[in-house]
Amino acid sequence: MSPSPSPQERVHSEEFLHTLMRRQLKLSVICATTFLVVLLGLPLANYWAPALMATRIAGFTLSWLILGVLFFPAVWAISWYFIRRSIWLENDEVAQVQAVQPEVKQ
Amino acid sequence: MSTPALPLALFAGVDPWIFACSFVTVIITIWMGFRSARTSKTASDFFVAGRSVSVGWNASAISGEYLSAASFMGVAGMVMSSGYDALWYPVCYACGYLFLLLFIAGPLRRFGAYTIPDFAEGRYDSPVFRKIAVCFVLFIGFFYTMPQMKGAGTTLAYIFPGLPYWVGVVLVGAVITLNVALGGMKGITLVQAVQYWIKLFAICVPIFVLMSVYGFYGRHVEVNDGRSIASSVVVNATSAAGGRDAAVTILRKPLGEKAPSDLAWVSPFGPLTTKAAKTAGLTAEQARPYSLLYTYSLIIALVCGTAGLPHILVRFYTNPDGVAAKKTTMWVMILIGVFYVFPPIFGVLGRDLLPELYAATGAKGTDKIVLELPRVLNEHGGVWGSVLSGITCAGAFAAFMSTFSGLLVSMTGALAHDVYGRMLRPKSSAAERMFAFKVSAVVIGAIAIGLGAQVEQLQINFMVGQAFAIAAASYFPLLFMSVWWRGMTMQGAATGMLGGGLAALACTTIINLSDLKIVDLAAFWKVNPLLRILCEQPAIWTVPLAIGLMIGVSKLTAATIPSDIRMKMLVLHAPEKLGLKQEYIQEHSAGAGH
Repeated sequence: MSPSPSPQERVHSEEFLHTLMRRQLKLSVICATTFLVVLLGLPLANYWAPALMATRIAGFTLSWLILGVLFFPAVWAISWYFIRRSIWLENDEVAQVQAVQPEVKQ
Repeated sequence: MSTPALPLALFAGVDPWIFACSFVTVIITIWMGFRSARTSKTASDFFVAGRSVSVGWNASAISGEYLSAASFMGVAGMVMSSGYDALWYPVCYACGYLFLLLFIAGPLRRFGAYTIPDFAEGRYDSPVFRKIAVCFVLFIGFFYTMPQMKGAGTTLAYIFPGLPYWVGVVLVGAVITLNVALGGMKGITLVQAVQYWIKLFAICVPIFVLMSVYGFYGRHVEVNDGRSIASSVVVNATSAAGGRDAAVTILRKPLGEKAPSDLAWVSPFGPLTTKAAKTAGLTAEQARPYSLLYTYSLIIALVCGTAGLPHILVRFYTNPDGVAAKKTTMWVMILIGVFYVFPPIFGVLGRDLLPELYAATGAKGTDKIVLELPRVLNEHGGVWGSVLSGITCAGAFAAFMSTFSGLLVSMTGALAHDVYGRMLRPKSSAAERMFAFKVSAVVIGAIAIGLGAQVEQLQINFMVGQAFAIAAASYFPLLFMSVWWRGMTMQGAATGMLGGGLAALACTTIINLSDLKIVDLAAFWKVNPLLRILCEQPAIWTVPLAIGLMIGVSKLTAATIPSDIRMKMLVLHAPEKLGLKQEYIQEHSAGAGH
């Protein structure tokens, strides 16, 4: 139990794995929740507010417009955010390990 | 193809433009397949070559492999026949990718297992589990080849109006099988990438021309407002949005007897989801909860199923590093998202312009709307309608040829490499294995043709949905839980995957047998609409069942958790820059050494 563990020990510690998985899972869960709220909310909106969802916009019903057209850009936005954040997370994890001892193996 | 062998009578009624376009696509595909097969001989060649491929090419290749006959023909056919509810298919086909990206793609790539059976063995150190996983490659594969065969049969029956459906299936199936057996058309990045752009071109160019002549997408949805139409009429659609009162004229033909009514078609919970409840004699109001259940089950099957499709996962490894893999996924989502906007437009325009198709069934029904619709332009004179129809036929060929050959390669690989090479004859020589590969290709091709010839009456899209339901209940829980829960044991994973997967397989088989009238269950479904829905769309209970079994059995067998689980988890989750994978391989070969 040395006060400052070597990067080797640090990478293999229970604590490192735990933080690693928790941070990545948290990001995934946030993105998935946003997505699921829209995906699973739309049938509910159709079920409870059929009149509202049948409003015509540029010829489409509101529900058709959301599902057939607007859904795709929304998913692109979520995946763009996820990719940016997860690349940042990975770089941060590498930086943390290397901060302890810069000449960690490649 | 072997067209010269056909009797000349078949050429009566063949449109030369359509024939020429399809013929050229087939020849180019086969030629490209053979050309690239000559330059890359082994599987490792394929992967190494993949690593030097840029993000753009790789993303096109993944999209090209993913967009099958279901996406190209089935979605449009189903939107035409069922309306709004069918829109869930393209949306979930595209969005399932997000789940793959969020939970599975990164870790699996770091682990470096090339296929799901590889992952199953590596994660649990169990060759037995590998065999179970291989069986599901075959199950899902066969369910996925059936709709591709239906697409082939439908397209050929359209190009040659005199040709029976099954002849088309046999012809296309035989050509592709032969091609795979002779070593052409392996999953070559270039071929698949070009196929994507052929498909996108073939779906969007005809639709732009059609919309410029017959009116915009939204206007065609708008005229479906319940007005009765006596004969071929022009309906005035007034644009209420934006305060402009510009009157647009939209041509619309009267619907046949079998077409769903306007309101049922354009609103949620239409014919697709209420069929079971309607058969049972429930009123529209009583049927609504059943529809909601059906919709949710469908969403779960498609989203989770995409994340568990075996032949798509393989492609993630052709990226040089994790960052490139993520960027590729982003581009794949954009490419397939752009594509999926178009097929529903064919369905909508088809309902207004070509409602005759509602009356027909099988290969002559709504599944061929993408092929047939551009020909309405011929009413304006000229051959442009035929040329555009030829282009969509070419796209359809690209769709089922790329997907079927990709599936055939992965299934043949499973049979020749895993079943023959590892289980039956572990000591066989390289030449024997090569021979086994060819025999397997022919056997699997023959089974796929046999199955495909039976399913003329089933909708393409519906069948693909079933393949997704099986993948959702078997591979998705396996991958998701193995990646994120370290308490999983081999027994838990196997029980869950078998339990969920076999339950879904049994349900879909029962539904197919009953829909094809091989087993008569009509009376039973009439009394039990809920059971019919749970059987037709089983994902809502099979996915939780699989996950529940995995957790339960893993808790009971907690003593058998692999001893180096922490290291495995690190390899799955730690950034690649830390170099843990190499360390893991060294330790592993030094330690267990199997």
